[in-house]
This record gives sequence, C-alpha cells and structure tokens, in this order.
Amino acid sequence: MTALSKNRRLSGSRPASLLAQLVTGRTKNRHLMGWLLASPLALVLLVFLVLPIVMIVIVSFWGATEFSIYPAFQWDNYQFLLTSPVTYKVFLNTFKYAVLTWAFTLTIGFTVAYFLAFHVRSLTWQIALFLLCTIPFWTSNIIRMISWIPFLGRNGIANSTLMSMGVIDEPLDWLLYSDFSVILAFVHLYTLFMVVPIFNTMMRIDRSLIEAAYDSGATGWQTLTNVIIPLCKPGIMIGSIFVVTLVMGDFITVRFMSGSQSANVGRLISNDIGLLQYPSAAATAVILLITVLMVIGILLRFVDIRKEL
Amino acid sequence: MTEATKTGLSRRSLLKGAAAGVAASAFPAPMIWAQNIKDVTLRQFGTGVSNINEVAQKVKEDLGFTLEMTALDSDAVTQRAATQPKSFDIADIEYWICKKVWPTGNLQGMDVSKIRNYDKIVGIFKDGKLTPDSTIAQGTSPNSVGFTDGPDGTRFADQETGWMTLIPTIYNADTLGIRPDLIGRPIDSWAELLNPEFKGKASLLDISAIGIMDAAMVCEAMGEITYGNKGNMTRDEIDRTLAIMTEAKKAGQFRAFWKTFDESVNLMASGEVVIQSMWSPAITAVKSRGIPCVYQPLKEGYRAWGGGIGLSKNLSGLELDAAYEYINWYLDGWVGGFLMRQGYYSAVPETSKNYMTENEWGYWFEGKPATEVITNPYGDAMAQPGETRDGGSFEERMGHIACWNAVMDENQYMVRKWNEFIAA
Repeated sequence: MTALSKNRRLSGSRPASLLAQLVTGRTKNRHLMGWLLASPLALVLLVFLVLPIVMIVIVSFWGATEFSIYPAFQWDNYQFLLTSPVTYKVFLNTFKYAVLTWAFTLTIGFTVAYFLAFHVRSLTWQIALFLLCTIPFWTSNIIRMISWIPFLGRNGIANSTLMSMGVIDEPLDWLLYSDFSVILAFVHLYTLFMVVPIFNTMMRIDRSLIEAAYDSGATGWQTLTNVIIPLCKPGIMIGSIFVVTLVMGDFITVRFMSGSQSANVGRLISNDIGLLQYPSAAATAVILLITVLMVIGILLRFVDIRKEL
Repeated sequence: MTEATKTGLSRRSLLKGAAAGVAASAFPAPMIWAQNIKDVTLRQFGTGVSNINEVAQKVKEDLGFTLEMTALDSDAVTQRAATQPKSFDIADIEYWICKKVWPTGNLQGMDVSKIRNYDKIVGIFKDGKLTPDSTIAQGTSPNSVGFTDGPDGTRFADQETGWMTLIPTIYNADTLGIRPDLIGRPIDSWAELLNPEFKGKASLLDISAIGIMDAAMVCEAMGEITYGNKGNMTRDEIDRTLAIMTEAKKAGQFRAFWKTFDESVNLMASGEVVIQSMWSPAITAVKSRGIPCVYQPLKEGYRAWGGGIGLSKNLSGLELDAAYEYINWYLDGWVGGFLMRQGYYSAVPETSKNYMTENEWGYWFEGKPATEVITNPYGDAMAQPGETRDGGSFEERMGHIACWNAVMDENQYMVRKWNEFIAA
C-alpha cells in the first residue's frame, strides 16, 4: 500500500517519465503476482472449506423423510434442536469434556515442554526426547484409544494389579466405560498437541531474560509466572485451540470409551447421519461450528497471536 | 470332505444341465446367453451376515459370472438402497429395511414363476405361517412386505401375488446371550436383563430399530407394559418403554451399549457383561475362544429377523437373467448349507440338506444331539458330540417368535426418544 502511494507520487511529479511508467507497470505486475501466488491456496480453501460449509448451512434448512431429503427452507431442524433439553445436556457434556481435557493437557503439556526446554541442556537430547514424545503417534488414533479397553476393564491389567497388591478387594468399575475413561483417552490422545506449540515458544525465549530475572533476585516461581508463562502465551493459545476443537468435534472416542453411555455433540451428528437425517445433522453441525468459533474467539481475546508470533 | 464336494459338484452339473434345458426352451437365444454371461458383473451389497466372499467365489465357479460384494452396516445399507439406486444390481437387505426402501421405487418386483424352488420356500415368507395353525407374530413380518402388485408395484400386497419384493435368503430367531459360568443359575425370561442382580453387567444394542424391540420384550416380560403391537408402538408406549430403560440406565444397570458385532463379542468374552442382546454368530465367536456362552431361549419367545435379496430397478436383459439365475442358485442349497452351518436358517431348508451331513442337519435343524464334532464352515469346532443347539429344532425356535424386527409408523419419534435415552 505504501509502495503504491509512493509510486503514485512519483508518477505524479514526472508525468511523462518512461521510468515512472515502468515502475507503475512493475507494481501492477507485483500485485498480479501476489494475487496469483495466493490463488492456489485461496482456490483450495474455497473448494474444500468454504463450499462444503455453505452446503452444510443450506442443507440444514432442508426437510427429510425417512429415506430422502428434499430442498426447502424451514426452521424445523433448528427449532427441534434448540428446544430439546437433550441438546443442552449434550452441549454441556461436550463442554465438560473440553474443559477437563484442556486443563489436564495444559498442565501435563506445559510441564513436559518446560522440562524439555529448560532442564535438558543439549540440543541433541532435546531433539531425541522430543521425538520420543511423538512415537505413540506412529500408530493410529483408534488403536491407541482402544488399547485402553483391555487395560482398564473389569478383569483388566489395572484392576488385577491393584487387587493383587491388595489395594482394592473388588474390581473398580468406574475405570472403564465412564467419564474417567473418556477424559483419560482424550488426555492421552491430545497432550502432544499442547506440548509442541508450547515447546516451540519456550525455545524462542531469550535466555538472557531469565538470567536478568535471576539477577534481579526473582525466585524460580516468580520467573515462571512473570517471565516464562507470559512469553509462552501464544504457544499455550495455539495448543488450547487444537485441543478444544479436537475434543469438541470428536465422536468416536466418546462412543468407545464411554461404551456408548455418554453423548457429545459429535455423537448426535453421527447418529443423525446414520439414520439418514442429514438436514438435522447439518443443523447440529452449524450450531457446533458457531459454538467452537465463539470459543476460539474468546480465546483469541486473551492473546494476539498474529502480533506475538 | 473332498469326496462330498465332488459329488456335490457333479450333482450340481446335472442340475445345471437340467436348468439349461429349461432355459433353452424359455429363452430365444440360449447359446448367446451362455457365451455372454461370463462378462456379466453383478454388484451386490448388504449387511455382513450374508455378504461372504466364499459365496462370490462359488458363484464364479458354478455360474460363470462375477459377483462383487460390499458389506455395510444396516444404516448404510438402508441409505444406499434408498438414495443410490444406480450403485448396485442386487440389494441384500432385511425385511424391515425393505419396508423403508420399497416405496422409493428403486427395486423391481420378482416374477415367482422364474424361481424354481418357490413352492419350497418356508411358509413364513409366503402366508406368514410356519405351520397352517401358527399365528403371525408382531412387527414387520416378512409376509407383510414380501409381495407387491407387479414388476413396477410400489405398494405391498396383502397376500401372495406372484411378484415378490425380496427373495428370502437367511433368517433367525434372536434372544439374549448369557455367560452361564458367571451367572450360575437358570435364566428364562427377558425381564432378567433389568434384574438388579446384574447391575453394571448388562448391555443392550444401540441400534434404535432393534434395541427398542429388545427393550419392549423386557418391559413386557416384567409386566410393566402391555403392548398393542410391539412392532408398531404408540408414542405413549415408546415413552413408557424408554422411561423404564432410562431409569435402569441411571441406576447403573448397563455396562455399555454396543453397536457393532465385534463390540458385543468383546463385552461378553472379557466378562464386562454377563447378559446382553446378542446375535447368533457373536455367540459362536465367543464360544470359539473357549469361553462358555449360551444363546438363551426365553419363555416370552424370540425376536426374529429375516433378510432377502432384491433386484435393482436398473437391471434388465442379460443382467436380469443372470440375477434370476443367481437367485435360483442361491435357493438351490449350497449357500443354505453354508449359512446353516453358522446357525442361520435358509429359506428353502430342504435343498440345504443335500449339502450338509446327517450329523450337521440333525444338530442345526432338527435340534438333535450332535453325533460327532460340529464345525462351522471355517473349520472351528462349534459343538462336541452329545451337545444340542440352544433352543432346539427349527420348528421350536421359529415357532416361538414373539416379534419381528420392524419399522414403526412413529419411527422418527422413536429414534429421537432413543437418542435421548442414550444421551441421558
């Protein structure tokens, strides 16, 4: 923008100058180039992100019979959704999972990242340990989740170990098919999404700042709360956005780990799809999308990621 | 075993010769037909139970054309039959799905005069009665959606018309599965599912159309609700049924709900659950791991289901002829024997007898004690000599059906209420 106005001024002061024409021409070219360079991504996003979302919004107003959907403009889907007490209960449950998972992944993720960034001194070890964290991600999400089931079951490893140690007399039923197992699986699955961005911001903290804090007589805790955490905010925010959106959009973890006994919004949508109620599923998806965007909006009020990065 | 297969094959070729003779008089150019049929590919899709690769291989061997199979869950099957008529030639669906899908006009009626074994098809699929004096059970009974007015009919006929919507393939009577070793006492009623004795050790399947039926069987057995028709409940009946189930769920009666076959097997085999809704092959799968599991006959009767194959509207000419040939082959006994050795029943049991040993026929169909080890088609031992099948003979099991899997008039209401129950 500033370049353009400068050029304008230039061409204004020497109207007939060949040079000026050349310069403006080049600027135009540069503009064109910019648009061209941005267009592949814009096109991809348009076709694979914007269009499907528009489609979902449109379908959410359609009507459905048991085996077909028909174009219409009606508020029935939203009316049913927003007046059903089940919807509120399920959304509340979804938030509960999101908040608990967020709290645990943040605590664990921050601790792991802190250890990697500040306690491990050599870069080689840092990289080696970081890669170690990613090893579980070499197998599929579902396998990592399902492997908890035999571990936590009534006759599973956890219960039989505790019983042989004499800690408990009866197997603990709440270990599996409960909110506990759902949160456990979520934390297991998504902690790395917290570790990576926090570790990344920690590594970019100028070490002399910490030395300065130390020299000024700050205790370790004061350094942590006044220097490190504020500087890690962008990483924490990015990690939080990852975790919150992943948990709020999930349906399979909740289904398997709760033994289908609990529901979240994702399961409502998947049930509707299974029963061919696409418009109703689309309406739920739209409401979920709005909710998640609102949550992210609130998160972004705390940190200006654009500025901090 | 190889001996038996060989004789089977030669009998088969004899039959084929006879069929070719009939075909020669019926079709104007039998030679061209015989040549071209090798190029035909029929696309079949359906639920996992009968979409078995062995069947496709045998079709290639016996009939020469290619059968492509796709196995999906029952929701996906309904969806595909209703919304993508061009994506399949043969739909292998259940009768209650047929009730949903047939009005879309995506399937065509089948001329029974082209079905050689039509007269031998079990009465359940024709007039609805196993024997002349049996009563028709509640729910979507196969005879109520089995016939239509003509090749283009979109409505169901009340009696045999000569045009079938689906050719019945397999069916069975479902009940509760139990772990006798962990329960340690006889179980004889559906009401036991909600018995507080099994708190945290019961399970129900989370497929609304079938789950609601099991729930209704339980509520009726408990004496809480008397239904007009369990297969077509009123809103009030649905509310009351799910109120009882929700109360039980909140009290911690259920360990989990299952949606897929494997889940039900794992719940039972791991001992998480000792009593639950189950399907026959799931019992088999638990047993083949050496864990005792019984498909417990209950005094209130069974919840039955039946499947059949329907022809796509888009089939015509050579492909349609090949499809009829496939159906005739299906009812001819080999497939029936294959499926009956897994615990299902075939629509024309007497032809399957030719493909089973006397011991197998006695165990699976007549409810007699096994004389030697019974194996399934894959060679796993299913029963030891002296054991009898849970529930006894064909007549005893299929004669005690309380209800067929169904689609209700209030289906959409029921589904919403079911979702509330799951989310409660």
